Parts: sequence; structure tokens; C-alpha cells
Amino acid sequence: MTDSLTGQAINDVPADMSDDTLVRVDNLVKYFPVRGTGMISRTVAHVQAVDGVSLTIKRGKTLGLVGETGCGKSTLARCIAGLIPATKGKVYFEGNDITNLSRNAMRPYRREIQMIFQDPYGALNPRRRVGSIIGEPFAIHKTETGQERKRAVQGLMERVGLNPEHYNRFPAEFSGGQRQRIGVARALALRPKLIICDEPVSALDVSIQAQVLNLLADLQDDFGLSYLFIAHDLEVVRHVSDSVTVMYLGRVAESGPGDQVYEHPRHPYSAALLSAAPAADPDSAAARQRIILTGDVPSPINPPTGCRFHPRCPKAQDLCATSEPALEAKAGDPTTHLAACHFPVETGENLARAGRREQQL
Amino acid sequence: MSLLEVTDLRVSFPTADGVVQAVRGVSFSVERGRTLGIVGESGSGKTVLTQSLLGLTPGGQISGSAMFDGVNLVGLGSKQMQRIRGRDIAVIFQDPLTSLHPLYKVGWQIEEMIRAHDKSITRKQATERAIELLGHVGIPRPRERVNDYPHQFSGGMRQRAMIAMAISLSPKLIIADEPTTALDATVQAQILDLMLRLQKESDTALLMITHDLGVVADIADNVMVMYAGRAAEKATKRDIFYQPHHPYTKGLLESIPHSSAAGDRLKPITGQPPSLINLPSGCAFHPRCAYVMDRCLSEQPNLTPVESAGEHRSACFLPASATGLSDEVESLRKHTVELGRSGAAAKVAEAIAAAPESEGSVIV
Repeated sequence: MTDSLTGQAINDVPADMSDDTLVRVDNLVKYFPVRGTGMISRTVAHVQAVDGVSLTIKRGKTLGLVGETGCGKSTLARCIAGLIPATKGKVYFEGNDITNLSRNAMRPYRREIQMIFQDPYGALNPRRRVGSIIGEPFAIHKTETGQERKRAVQGLMERVGLNPEHYNRFPAEFSGGQRQRIGVARALALRPKLIICDEPVSALDVSIQAQVLNLLADLQDDFGLSYLFIAHDLEVVRHVSDSVTVMYLGRVAESGPGDQVYEHPRHPYSAALLSAAPAADPDSAAARQRIILTGDVPSPINPPTGCRFHPRCPKAQDLCATSEPALEAKAGDPTTHLAACHFPVETGENLARAGRREQQL
Repeated sequence: MSLLEVTDLRVSFPTADGVVQAVRGVSFSVERGRTLGIVGESGSGKTVLTQSLLGLTPGGQISGSAMFDGVNLVGLGSKQMQRIRGRDIAVIFQDPLTSLHPLYKVGWQIEEMIRAHDKSITRKQATERAIELLGHVGIPRPRERVNDYPHQFSGGMRQRAMIAMAISLSPKLIIADEPTTALDATVQAQILDLMLRLQKESDTALLMITHDLGVVADIADNVMVMYAGRAAEKATKRDIFYQPHHPYTKGLLESIPHSSAAGDRLKPITGQPPSLINLPSGCAFHPRCAYVMDRCLSEQPNLTPVESAGEHRSACFLPASATGLSDEVESLRKHTVELGRSGAAAKVAEAIAAAPESEGSVIV
């Protein structure tokens, strides 16, 4: 990976837009300024939330994005959706550059890219009726009017498993799972091609979570939707995703087909993350060698040099502190399975012991 | 004798809309040095249950008994409760940020806990003890960090500080209410690791409340599954995961995305949990249960032993041998249900089958 500030392509995402690519993100960078205190608040530093991320989302497929709090996954999603401007890098939608477009130029693309948010309580205006919430996209884009709109909204409600007769109710009258269905119906209204799901089931109980995940799978089949699916629950991500990208501190640590990344993680961070995820199975929980990482995620204002994971990595060597590893396919892996690591994890390697070093800082 | 023996505990809250029956006759026991996991969804009464043990449910009407080390916690005066709370029973809550006072230093808050229960200790000794505790729970450079404010700690460090506070007086029982829910996976692994280690060192009993079956699979010895304020099933961890009897337990296990079935359809439980003001008749789970029978509509099943070794109990009318997830057991369940279902129950079952993916009608 070259320095993100040089703005050069950092990996082997093919330059040509093959037909099944819906979205291509190329070396995206998003820095948030940190201002000093005082009368004239100058920018004193940058939060390097996303620092040179490239990925592709295929038509009709799901890309899972995992990583811990503060790794930049939500910021990346908001940049792709055009909700916040990118500092550097490009976002292509069906081959068209949609990075930092003006409000008007972006408008047609807003129909194609919709979002579902984590908190079904915060994402719906409590003072508006459900019918008007779901119909809002029609109003903004002036597509359906009057009775037509009402019929369309009720059709959407039925499609996501809500009773269309509840058109005039308020969000407070619905449970968490039903509110998430309202969010899904609203996202679906304009028949988008891409839905960005930012932790869509994290706030729901397991039995309800399964209902919403099934609904999302059905809608994908029916409408050929693509999903960018962000979640911290690795089992959920594995269940829904065709391919998975693991982020750490603003960079991609590893990406590839779901089975590859989950069965043969090459980046020590992916391996640790997977080993830490609790499995609802006592025997495998007892048999598993959990890699306990030391310390906390460093600050994205002043990230570590070289590989950003090196201060916590059980395999770190001197090289890791000085040289940034490229995101590339490792020996023996398919070309779609990329990892950014100088010393990738080998099959059968026991990281758990190395990870048991006493806490140090 | 068990450290904590809870018998027929009931907690209800009178409200303008009616009486909320949060806990409806729950019995369980916790042994020294063991971990009981209480699993349930939002509104199953698991948090109210444990808070009522500590006198933290103002306005609640509590009945039943909770014998802790020879003292009945139900009906205990607030002065006596204060002596037990913190010293003998410590609590770790879900959100470490709201559990710590933002305007006081972390060390000061731990010292206060120690000084409140031990008047003879000097301030200096308490500080030393706080530093020692912070080091013990894995906070780096505890001598410096003891003077930090909560906002200077990360989420995992705050939860470590809460644990330091909880173990500061060597309690006999620690109640942990979703202690890792707000944390990332790798930090959660650190905290669970720490809790297990501390428990081994001091023979503390642990009451772990969680909605995450993965956490239970990791650290519990025994598990109680709660639904609508009652215990649906109680067993060892292995029996709950591999020999579930109650359809709700089975439904919970089946609705988790397992890695083995990636890409397949999930099997959610239809419908949603009932309102605790207006509970269904008979078994509270019957409107969502695929094995609903006639008697489920009118009779409330009690916890009875099922046919597996040990203390496995389930509150369901299915035969005692109907445990596990195998095909034979499934056909036994189906057969029993065929014999036990007519008229009204058949209608309920039809409604469940007709709307397998939707969440039923609007909540009350």
C-alpha cells in the first residue's frame, strides 16, 4: 500500500468496470479536522477515520464490513452514500464518478443508494405517521402522488411484513423489530440498487433479528439488491455476506470471499476478531483457542507507524513498525483473498499463546 | 447449602395501565464459586429479577424469599441492605459510562466504595488498594491512571474499573447485568477472560444476565432461560445447548445464525414477546409456539424434571423425553402435538403457520 497522501491506487482492484460491479471505491480517504481551542480555532490535527480504502460491491451481492468501534466502517458507508464529503479518493457507481457531487447532481444517485440505520427508535420521526415516513422518498423525488402514493406505501408495508392498515399509526406504537421493518420499507420505496445497512439488527433480540435478516434476504432475491452490510456480530455478517472486508483503524486489514476469510484468516487481527466472537456452542467455546489482544485500539488521530495493528499484534516484528504492508493475495490464497500483513497467519498456527503476553503499554 | 436460594420470587409494578407482572414466581439457586447464566429477551424480567434482590426496584411489590447466606433479602430494611450491597453482593452494569460518576476520578470512586464499608481504613490505604485493584484487572500504569476521570478511559477500561470496584471488598456474589454487551468482540473476550480468572481466584459466585447465548456458552455452569417473567427452562449449560426441551429455548438456539448454515434461511420465532400487563392465558409462550396444544391455552405449565441426567427442568407440557434437536425427538413432538391439539389450539397453530415471517399484530 502506498502512502495514502500520494493518492495512488493501493491495490489490484481492476481498473475496468466489469459488468457485475455496482460500486467501486478507490483509495477513499476521510479526515476530520480537530480544531484547537481559542479565538481562532486552527486545525491542529486530523482524525484519520478512513485512510485509503478500496473495495467493490457486486450487483445482487452482499459485502460484509466488520471491525470494531472507531475503525471507520460507518464513516466509509456515509462517504459512499454521499452523506459526508470524502477528503480524497473516488466512489464510482455503475462506472460514474459520484464523489463529492453537488446536491443536484447527486439527486439521481440518492434514489439508487439508500440506508438502513442501527437504532430503529432514533431513525424514525416520532411525531409523524408511519405512512408519511415511508412515503417521504416519494414526496422528495415527486414520483407518486395522492392515492397512488398511499397504495404504494401500503404495498411496501405489506412487503416488509407490516399490516397495511397501520398506515396511520405512530412509530411509538410499534416494537423494535417492526420499526426496523418501517426503516426497510422506507429504504425500499424508490427501488434502489444498493442498500447500506449500518448495524441493522444490533438493537434487536435474537428471535426478532432472525426475522429481519430473513426479510433482507428475501428482498435481495426479489429486487436484485446489493447490500453493504455493516455489523459487529461476526456470525450475522457471515450469514448474510458473499464477501467480507475487515477494517482496522481506517484501513482494510483483510478482504475476500466469506468462507475464505472466516475459515482461513491471514491477518492476525481478523484471526483475533474471529476467535474472540462468542460462539453459541459450549463445546466449541471450550475447544477454541481464544486470542486475547492486549491493550486498546490506538487513537486514529495519531495512528501507529507501519502496520497500524503492530502494537497489539502477537506476531509483530521490527519490520511491521516501519513498513506499511500492502493489501495483496498471499501465497496459496485465491486472488480474491487479500490481506495486508508482512507475516500472514498460516493454517494451524497457534496465535493464542503468543497473544497471552502480559499486558504492556 | 447454596449461597443464594431464591424461592417463588414475584415482582409487580402497579401502573396507570394496569399491573406489570415483571417476575412471576421464579426459583433458582447459586452455589459458591459457580456461575448461573440467566438468558432472556428484552422484557423477560431478568434485570428486574436481580434488581429486586438488591432492593433497587422502588415501587415494585415483591413477594417470595431470597435467602442469601442466611439472610432473607426480600423485605430487608434499607440500612441492612446497604451493608450487604457492595460488601457481600457486588453489581456490574451494562453501561460502564453511566455507572461511573463523570466528575470524580476513577480512583476516588473505588476508594469511596472501600471507605463506605470499612471506616477504619485511612484515605492513603484506600488509594493504595485502588491502585492495586486497577493493576489487578489489567489497567496499565495504575498509579497514574488512578487519577484519571472516566472519560479518559476507553469502554473496556471503564468496565475493568467497574470490575475493580465490584471485587474491591471480596464479595461472595457478583451480579453482572449484560457486562459485555456494550463492548467490541475483542474487548468482550478480554473482560470475560478477566471475570473467569477473578472468579477462580476468589471462589466468588457469579450471576450473569445476558441476552447473548455466546456469552453463556462461554462462561456459565448452569443456565436459566426466562420468558415473560417465568423460568422456561433450567439446566446445565450443556443440556440447554444440546438437549433443549422447551420450545422457546429451542427457538432461541435455532434463530442464531450458525456458521455451519451460512446463507440458509434462519428460523426465527414468530410473533413477539407479550405485554407483561396483559399476558396470554395458560402458557405465556403459546401464541408463538409451533407445538401449541389445547391445554397450553388454559393451564400454566410448571417447571418439572425432564428425562436427562441431573437437574434439568422445563416448563412445558411436551413429554419429558422430548429433549434435543434430533429428528426422532422432533417426530415425537409432532406426534404428541397431533394428539393434544383440537379446536382452539389448532386455530392458534394455523395463525402461527400462516404468518411465519411477520411479527403478528401491533403491540399493546
